[in-house]
Order: sequence, then structure tokens, then C-alpha cells
Amino acid sequence: MPDITVPSNNLTTRLPILRILKERLFIVLCIIGTVFGVLALVTLFYQVFVDGWHRLSWDFLTSMPSRHADRAGVLPALVGTLWLLVLTTLVTVPLGIGSAVYLEEFAPKNRLSKLIQVNIANLAGVPSIVYGLLGLAIFVRTLSLERSLAAAALTMSLLILPMVITASQEAIRAVPNSFREGSLALGATRWETVRNAVLPSAYSGILTGVILGLSRALGEAAPLIAIGAATFVSTVPKSPMEEGFTVLPIQIFNWADRPKREFLENSAAAIIVLMTVILVFNLLAAILRTKARKRTRA
Amino acid sequence: MPLENRSLKARYRREWIVRAGTFLCAAISILTTIGIIYVLVSESIGFFKEVSVMKFTTGTTWGPPNEFGVLPLVSGTMIIAVLAGIIAIPLGLLGAVYLSEYANERVRLIMKPVLELLAGIPTIVYGFFAVTFVTPQLKKLLPDLPAYNALSAGIVVGIMILPIVASLSEEALNAVPRSLREGGLALGATKGEVIRGIVIPGALSGIMSAFLLALARAAGETMAVTLAAGQMPNLTWDVTQSMQTMSAYIVSIAKGEAPAGSVEYQTLFAVGLALFVITLTMNMLAQKLVTRYRLKYA
Repeated sequence: MPDITVPSNNLTTRLPILRILKERLFIVLCIIGTVFGVLALVTLFYQVFVDGWHRLSWDFLTSMPSRHADRAGVLPALVGTLWLLVLTTLVTVPLGIGSAVYLEEFAPKNRLSKLIQVNIANLAGVPSIVYGLLGLAIFVRTLSLERSLAAAALTMSLLILPMVITASQEAIRAVPNSFREGSLALGATRWETVRNAVLPSAYSGILTGVILGLSRALGEAAPLIAIGAATFVSTVPKSPMEEGFTVLPIQIFNWADRPKREFLENSAAAIIVLMTVILVFNLLAAILRTKARKRTRA
Repeated sequence: MPLENRSLKARYRREWIVRAGTFLCAAISILTTIGIIYVLVSESIGFFKEVSVMKFTTGTTWGPPNEFGVLPLVSGTMIIAVLAGIIAIPLGLLGAVYLSEYANERVRLIMKPVLELLAGIPTIVYGFFAVTFVTPQLKKLLPDLPAYNALSAGIVVGIMILPIVASLSEEALNAVPRSLREGGLALGATKGEVIRGIVIPGALSGIMSAFLLALARAAGETMAVTLAAGQMPNLTWDVTQSMQTMSAYIVSIAKGEAPAGSVEYQTLFAVGLALFVITLTMNMLAQKLVTRYRLKYA
């Protein structure tokens, strides 16, 4: 049948050249948008390493800060950061998991529960410096904890709780309902179900949230400056109630805020120390998350 | 202890205790909000007895203990947030488009952790980066640039909020149903045309919400702007000048010892209140927008 002719040219060659160009240009722009972040990250790390690597040594980790840049170290800041980490964990973990369990497992569907949920989302957006002002007025002044690690840890816990609660809720929500139904059918109460069926399988997801929250707390300086953490401390903190402490981010700020080049190098070296800790935390979180995903898939 | 050994009464008592306990944990988030509002308002009241609200919100000079016009601090905050937005919004959105529409699984697997890492870097490190890298580079282009300037602060805050824009926008783009894309392609549109004409408009409320959240974060950002933009309250459009943001002002006062009850101490809370109101408004708007797009495609 010779009447029917099949159009021979395919569609792509029919696209006007302008449309093709536009298409290509758009993809290139999108790639630029993606690569920009990577480039920024690489430049940032490079800059910090060039400035700080040669200052890193055992002495730098174990010395007190000093007026002489080449003799100064981060010991009080490092110990302060570790103290803060432990104390913040002790406060945040029970409160965060408790809130998440309540909201996911026990909360009745009413306006109060909804209010709590919306409120947590709003708290996550409050600037950290505002938490610092809260800590200053409540923990430092009203509860007279003074400028102690205890006041700092309580402030930090309030700051990271929204993040930890949200992540834990997501982990608890990901536990299949059949787990709960199985346990309830065996005669367990709601709490026994949560403890023996839900929490064990939400465990790695919750831990991921806690670790990410803590790694945020590790890097925060603003709220601690607001509650009056000192910028120059030459003693190692011995107890949470002791007045006067410092942490790595504040030490970094203190050094970076000085015009002298040598102090900037100290600052860079302290950044390497801080970033190493944070990277380890993020890595842990990533590993746990893959584990959690595998478990929910299985 | 096996369950059957416990009396039913004991088990129910335990159930009740746990419910009450977890409810108290969840209630802490409400208490935190009440605490923040109470502290900011009650400490500001003394201040507003001395300085009228009008003078505070419309005055154009900030110089405690004589001048209390907050506008220079607000403008500093807003200008830096807008600069950050100019960097982060287009790049973040393009990156999100690339990741959600073009990138293959491998690229996504690499880019996600990179963005997370970028989001996990402490803000003080961005401040260091501004002082040691961005400002010197900008000086090559603008030789008269002072060591502390809003431009450099805006750029690093832009890099800082880029991951927020990218990951939240990507979420919004992913929520657009596949059928809409397929419909566009079936009509003969190119992939780029579908993205610009259908996917992005379809995800618009989610994308706008991402922008708002990122800008709110930029407005509340503290350490990077304190280091990079300097400590000079300055009501100007000239971004090459030094500017003080609201958060940077709080840090500068908190670093010194402002005795409780002094007017400097009170300004901390008045400025904090202004910052809290601004960021809360942005966050709540963002949440409204998010619920809108969730409803649309639910």
C-alpha cells in the first residue's frame, strides 16, 4: 500500500535549536547549583587545613591558652566540650525519647497534642542566641547555677530537644504496626509493647537523631556566650557546678576575633579538632541510619 | 521478671506512671516556649518603661546607653539575610532540581552526605572562613573593602543556608506526582520545560516555605556574622560597610559583664524579643505554606 508514508525524521531533530540550547543551558545551571556546595566545602576544608595543620600537636591538645600564640593550647576548651557533651546527653536522651514516645504512642488525638507538635516545630526555628537568653535568665540567674557547665548543658538540651524529638518520632513511626498488634494481642500493656516491641526496633533511628542533635550542640557557641561562658579560661573544669568554663567553639571565636595572624592559625587548628569530633559523630549517624534502613526493609 | 509474675494491678500502675512521665517530658517543650516568651517579655518591660516602644522600633540610631533605635540592627540583620538568600536561593533550588530530576542514584548518594556535612559545620567555622578566605578574595575585587563587612558575612551565611534550601526544595519537588510530569512530556514538552512549567510551579508553596525557613535561619545566625560583619550598628544599604546584626549585638553585650538590671542587660532581652518575633513570624508563615502543598497532593 503505497498511499501511507511513514515520516522519516524523528522528533528530536525537529526541536528548534533554541529549545535544545535552552535545555542544555538549564541542565548546566542545575549542575552548577549542585557543584557550588561541594566546591564551598572543599575550599573551606582546604583553607582550614592550610592555616591550622602545622599547629596541631599533642602539646596543642594538652596546653592551656596563653597570651603567646605559639604556646597556647585547647585543653580547657576540649575538656569543657567533653563535659558539655556528657551532661547534655544525660539530660536530652530521657527527655527526647520520653516526649517522642508520648507523642507517638500515648497522646490522645486532641488539641493539646496538636499544640505540642506545632510548638516543637516552632521551637526548632528559634535562633540559638534566644535559647542563650532563656538560659541566662532561668538557669544562670533564677536557679542560680551561675556560669557553670550545668547551666550550659541545660540550655543546650533545650536547644537540641526539638531536633531529637522529631527524629525519634520518625523512628518510632517507622516501626510497623504489626509489631504493636502482635505484642498487644499477647496481653502486653501499651508501655510493655513500647518497651519490648517498639523501642528495640526504633533504636538505631533514635540514636541517629540523638547523635545529630549532639553534634549540633558541639558546634554551638552563641547560646553559651549569652549565658556568660568565659572566653579566656586557664583551668580545667572539675565539676559541672564550677563557675567559669569554655568550649571549643568559643575558644575558636576568641582566637579568630584577634587581628594577629598567629592566633588565626590557632583558631584553624582548633577548628580541625572540633571538626574531627563532629565528623566522627556524623559518620556514626550515617552508619546507624543505613543499619536502621536495612532493618525496616527486612 | 516475667510478666505473668506481676499482678495486673502493678502492671497498670506502671502503665499510668509511664504515661504521666512521658507526658511531662512532652510538656517541657510547651514550658520552653512559655519560658522564652516570659523571659523576653518580662525583662523587656523594664526597658520599655524607660524607652518607648515607638522610639525603639522607629529610631534610626543604636548606641546604648543613649540611643535606642533598633532599626540599624534590624536592617543589618535583614541585609545580611537577603544577601545570603541571593546566594542560596537560586543555587539551592537549581541544585534541588538537579538532584530530584536529573541526577542518577550514584550522584545522589554522594551529594546527600555532602549537603548534610555542609549543614553540620558549626557557624563559627563559617565565620573563620569569611575572615580568612572570603574577605581577602573580595578585597582583590574591591580594594577599599574594610576587614569587617556585610558582603562577606552574607556570602558565608548563604553557603550555610544552601543545604537547607536544597534539601527542603528537593522534598517539595519530589512531592509533585509523577503523572503531572508524564502529562507534560506527553504533550511534547522537553524535560526542562516540564520542570520549569509544571514541576516547579506545582511545588511552589513548598519551595517558598523552604526559602522562608532558610531566611529565618540566616536572620538568627550569630557567630559567623559577629566575626565577619563587625560590631558597628550601621543603617545603610552599602553592603561593603561593617554592620551589626541583632544577634551580634547580643553577643557583644553578653561577652562583657552587664550587671543584671542595668539598661545594657535589659537591651539584651528587648533586642532578643525583636529577633524572636521576626524569626517566629517567618517560621510560622513557612509552616502554613508547607501544610498547603501537603494538602494539595495528599
